[in-house]
Amino acid sequence: MTTETTRTIRRLSRSRTNRLVGGVCAGVARATGIDVLVVRVAVVALTVAGGTGALLYVAAWLMLPEEGTDRSLAQAAATDRGKDLGEVLAIGSIVLGVILLVRATGIWFSDAFVWPLLLAGVGLAVIWRQAGDEDRSSLLRVVDRFPRGGAGQSPLDLRSRRAGLARIGLGVVLVVSGVGAFLAASDAFSAVRQGVLASAGIVAGLALITGPFWVRMGRDLAVERRKRIRSEERAEVAAHLHDSVLQTLALIQRNADDPRAVVTMARRQERELRGWLFENDQDLPGADTLAAALARAGEEVEGLHGISIDVVAVGDLPLDDRTRALVAAAREAMVNAAKWSGDQTISVYAEVRDGEASVFVRDWGAGFDLASVAPDRHGVRESIVDRMARHGGEAVVRTTLGEGTEVELRI
Amino acid sequence: MSGKPRVFLVDDHELFRSGVRAELGDAVDVVGEASEVGAAVEMILERRPEVVLLDVHLPDGGGRAVVQRVAPEAPEVRFLALSVSDAAEDVIGVIRAGARGYVTKTISGPELADAIRRVADGDVVFSRRLAGFVLDAFAASPGPSADPDLDQLTAREQEVLRLIARGYPYKAIAKELTISARTVETHVSSVLHKLQLSNRHDLTRWATERRLI
Repeated sequence: MTTETTRTIRRLSRSRTNRLVGGVCAGVARATGIDVLVVRVAVVALTVAGGTGALLYVAAWLMLPEEGTDRSLAQAAATDRGKDLGEVLAIGSIVLGVILLVRATGIWFSDAFVWPLLLAGVGLAVIWRQAGDEDRSSLLRVVDRFPRGGAGQSPLDLRSRRAGLARIGLGVVLVVSGVGAFLAASDAFSAVRQGVLASAGIVAGLALITGPFWVRMGRDLAVERRKRIRSEERAEVAAHLHDSVLQTLALIQRNADDPRAVVTMARRQERELRGWLFENDQDLPGADTLAAALARAGEEVEGLHGISIDVVAVGDLPLDDRTRALVAAAREAMVNAAKWSGDQTISVYAEVRDGEASVFVRDWGAGFDLASVAPDRHGVRESIVDRMARHGGEAVVRTTLGEGTEVELRI
Repeated sequence: MSGKPRVFLVDDHELFRSGVRAELGDAVDVVGEASEVGAAVEMILERRPEVVLLDVHLPDGGGRAVVQRVAPEAPEVRFLALSVSDAAEDVIGVIRAGARGYVTKTISGPELADAIRRVADGDVVFSRRLAGFVLDAFAASPGPSADPDLDQLTAREQEVLRLIARGYPYKAIAKELTISARTVETHVSSVLHKLQLSNRHDLTRWATERRLI
């Protein structure tokens, strides 16, 4: 039992993390094992019933060390801020004098109300002078304006919302006490007084009891929603990785002795994954532009012929008949390069300048002798040169044996 | 440059680092590697490699942070950026931070070794895509400009960049334009200089807006 007690005492401290005002209730709740809500309600109830709650609370705030430190604010005030303490005492005496004067003149509520409040006020003043950032911000939060509703989803907003609720509770208590005291002073309403006090107490009590509950429920719902979204996202990613990436990796392992197939698969997978990852980044109209169409054509040829085609585009145009013809001709040029050049990498460069679009398809492979191309091989002439001419463009083929080929298309 | 260039690898993927090491083989002398910004900066300053192969995407600030922290203390260390992303923002960002070149991770081993050697020799390595980015970024009329020399490319520089983008090696560019390979280098260095120092504001904005291809 003794050990239990000492442990309890040792652990009694103000909570850093779970605080509405000073973290006293949460600290007491943790040390005793009582639900923090019960402790808070008890403190508020004691405050309503004569003010001892507030007094006790402030006293505990002063006497209990903050979690993680071993000195209480009162200790700190007494030891290393003697001057400040004196100041507080001086101000306190003046305030006390004024209050006694007021009391003597008869403008007075009731002893049971004023004294505890006064002591609590003095305690708060000491706390303010002595406190660290956290205590100060707590106090500031209490007197700060109400938080704007609606936007709050983050923990921080939730905290300030909770603090806001505490403020509402505190305000209700004060108003009710004030009205009660006023009624008590003007004795005529003594009959009404009981009823009003009782119902006000009930209202305030209900607000305080159910407030945290609603806040907590809202927070739980938000947390749950976030969790669900996250897990759905994860499931989607897992499914995608399984369908594509893992399959491809398995295929690659099986085809390890065919480097060309491996490269093709890896590139296709890379592109697919990239497209999937950055899908949202792509401007939606982008799918219908020259650059996008060229990139797609490059991918197709790459997939068909197992070589790599790198498309670089500067500027862009929307797809129309002319640019479509340009893409088709460029695709044909890519296919030719893939089939005949023997080069593993084909560079495609597209540029749009002053309304004119040019596409260069370049390989550094075998090249050929233009003059020696048999007249029955119509690939280049018909599908590239004629197509371009029909749409008001032109095609130039430059090639040197052994130094590759470049097809320039302009429209 | 005599002997093998001394190279330091910075990449947060162990698999990629070992892949690069294996691919480069005997072509270079790998003096160290790191997977995060802090360790990389420390070891680079200690070992003073000639070339740092730098991943653009790193936790804690990316490749840019490494360049920015090493450059003031060891200006002789050169950076070659490597990336899988090809996002203009990354590429332009790391170049503007001070990298001497940029290549994609799909580059072949011999090409990479060649790029490293060129960076070690003080040259600049532009990938086709980077050349395309630069042309694109400088294409818009610069508007009011504090320093027109920095904010615009010369016709010759544009030609050189266009040929790089079309897939021409420097030697072929020199032949095409009937200038020396050295002159090609000079043009590219000058473009890099403009890219790093030009403060035309739309360069950054352009890079941010530009999406992945």
